[in-house]
Amino acid sequence: MQIVLPPIPVMIALSGIYGLLLIGTGMICGLVYTKPETDYTELKDRIKSWWVIVTVFTLTLILNCTAAIVLFGLLSFLALKEYLSLIPTRQADRRVLLWAYLAIALQYAWILIGWYGMFLIFIPIYVFLFLPMRMVLIGETQGFLRAIGTLHWGLMLTVYNLSHLPYLLMLPLAGNPIAGGSGLLVYLVFLTEINDIAQYMTGKLLGRHKVVPTISPGKTLEGLGGGIVVTTLLAIALAPWLTPFSLIHSICLGLLLSLTGFIGDVTISALKRDLGIKDSGNLIPGHGGILDRIDSLTYTAPLFFHFTVYFYYQGQLL
Amino acid sequence: MKNLLQWLFFGLIVRVVVLLVIGLRIQGKQRLPKSGPVMIVANHNSHLDTLVLMSLFPLRMLNQLRPVAAEDYFLNQNPWLAWFALDMMNIIPIAREAGCDRQFLKRCGAALQNNQILILYPEGSRGEPECLTEFKTGIAHLAKHHPQVPIVPIFLQGLGKALPKGEALLVPFFCDVLIGEPLYWTGSKSGLMHLLTERFQALAASGNFPIWEA
Repeated sequence: MQIVLPPIPVMIALSGIYGLLLIGTGMICGLVYTKPETDYTELKDRIKSWWVIVTVFTLTLILNCTAAIVLFGLLSFLALKEYLSLIPTRQADRRVLLWAYLAIALQYAWILIGWYGMFLIFIPIYVFLFLPMRMVLIGETQGFLRAIGTLHWGLMLTVYNLSHLPYLLMLPLAGNPIAGGSGLLVYLVFLTEINDIAQYMTGKLLGRHKVVPTISPGKTLEGLGGGIVVTTLLAIALAPWLTPFSLIHSICLGLLLSLTGFIGDVTISALKRDLGIKDSGNLIPGHGGILDRIDSLTYTAPLFFHFTVYFYYQGQLL
Repeated sequence: MKNLLQWLFFGLIVRVVVLLVIGLRIQGKQRLPKSGPVMIVANHNSHLDTLVLMSLFPLRMLNQLRPVAAEDYFLNQNPWLAWFALDMMNIIPIAREAGCDRQFLKRCGAALQNNQILILYPEGSRGEPECLTEFKTGIAHLAKHHPQVPIVPIFLQGLGKALPKGEALLVPFFCDVLIGEPLYWTGSKSGLMHLLTERFQALAASGNFPIWEA
């Protein structure tokens, strides 16, 4: 297997993320030391999981493009499996679900061979038309609309939207000569995750006014604002190092990522509230399930991707 | 040779299927017994049940695990299945017809004497996917003869969705494994069966499981 190291700015950014992890771990150790009576198990689990996530992400970028695409495919698989295990499904649809899983392999195969047009339309058109047909062939009409609706929503969220992350790695170097596709990927994922953390922390410290009390009572206007400020400042600061974005565009992206990241988060919260569960799983200690961790990315990934392609890769892909 | 094959089968194939294709959410892992003699009692919805239960234990305990399985289904149908059941899964075969209680007690008793871990499905058959049916009392007979042996209830959810009875295609679903507190012979058969049923209903109710519409 050929190992292609990512560009220098990406390596520096990754080291920076490890630096932040060290600071975070130090702060938690400090908390545990100064307040030994409080239980910090969840916080400790959470930071431990972050170490694992960042390391897997780093290895993915260091290995090579194919490994990265396969790993993101695996992430989609776990996310879709978690989704389908949470929602009510029909026994009659077992074979349809298997086809939905197969769609993951195909969607990531288009990325692997760089077939941009097919990557764009495969799930919204071909899978969208095929799955209901397969369901009709089985002949069970009771609950048909709900079954096909929930299945396609899950596929869009966990497969189509997430698959925009690895496609960033396939973008031609000419659009981003300083750091390439991996620079864009690190920029997007880092800003989305730091937005989650900044929102959570400012919300905990200053939170007064609830934004969406019926869906996620923990979300406050102050938290949202804190996320927007931190993310936009970082978006501006990091743009010259990792991306081709102009100042105006980096401001727009900072706002876009922080706002839509929030929307992705509360969308999954609404799903969980509807199903009457707290976490989508327990695969990631301290975070919950896969869906709990990737919720914001399901919104930010496609929006960031198409913003970038529109302004910087016009005419270079199709 | 038999051991090597069994190790390879469980170490490579079963682990990959159980961890990656299915994926387990285990609750109460600390209640999993470290050694025999123990009776593991579980609900039965899928051929995957036994593989999942066996994969909960470390590979070195593989030769202590004894699933109790129907002789007519596993041994009398075809020689390959019989070889697989006996050599790979290490089953204790029992006949399902009436009047075979003594044979069942003798074989299971011998395994418990050897500090082995029995895996029993008191529902008797896989039945309808994701439905709990009434328990048969064989387990109570066994418990009466071995009152000091702990009975560990394990509730499995989702495996009947992944591979229900009568289906050959495995569809990936996360599955829940809820391990309950051990219980012991209570002094009466009906008392034990009542307690066991109660435990399973409590375990089943403790999770928030999605509807599986037949």
